Amino acid sequence: MGISRRQFFRTIAGTLFSLSVISFLPERLLAGWNAGAFKAGKLEDAVRELYGTLTVEDSPAIELTVPEVAEDGAFVPVSVSSGMPGITSISIFSETNFSPLVASFDILPRMRPNLSLRIRMAETGKVVVIAKAGDRLYRVSKLVVVSVGGCG
Amino acid sequence: MKVKAVAANEVVSVKLLIQHPMETGRRKDQGGNVVPAHFITEVTASHKGVAVFHAEFGPGVSRDPYLAFEFTGAKAGDTLTISWVDNKGSSEKSDFPIVAM
Repeated sequence: MGISRRQFFRTIAGTLFSLSVISFLPERLLAGWNAGAFKAGKLEDAVRELYGTLTVEDSPAIELTVPEVAEDGAFVPVSVSSGMPGITSISIFSETNFSPLVASFDILPRMRPNLSLRIRMAETGKVVVIAKAGDRLYRVSKLVVVSVGGCG
Repeated sequence: MKVKAVAANEVVSVKLLIQHPMETGRRKDQGGNVVPAHFITEVTASHKGVAVFHAEFGPGVSRDPYLAFEFTGAKAGDTLTISWVDNKGSSEKSDFPIVAM
């Protein structure tokens, strides 16, 4: 025997309800927010969630300015700029944070790839910036010594 | 929000300070209870209806976020509209004048 008529409708109703919740809720609450990338616990996973499996190469064409020593990890000034043409996205990571992805910027057609942001750093570690231009990812990273962690 | 948008040589430089607790969801209060996550997830700026800036934030952005960016195609006297939304659905949207340097 197959499933009963009642069971059949219950299953359908349950599935439809779940689907509607899954598709409706996150989009309404956080339109466009990349939860997978922001919740990733490892930097590589966050990069993959954001950019897929594009290869990453280190590039001196991305300029990253951070302090060598940050007294307070709660406020670490980060500046990124580049003269590279065709950049469509720039993301800032703190390698040692519980969730490394800090912020991701769409470099819209009228935007210049020149940004500053204050970030939290849990402890001494690298600030990593990834820029996407065309189908390539360019990376620059710098070590910041954090005296007092900023994620407590 | 505190915003300073200055136009010079075809480029508008924007400096922006948003008052927000940016709770990570991992901090404990004095009673030892975890303070729920409460942070800005998106910031958008537009000029004459066209988006000129869009960022996604996580809880790794500092409390009272400070942010600076640049865009082209606007002049002093124009209006810049800036909005943000957080993970609890709160939001703010305001207009600011672009001034000459």
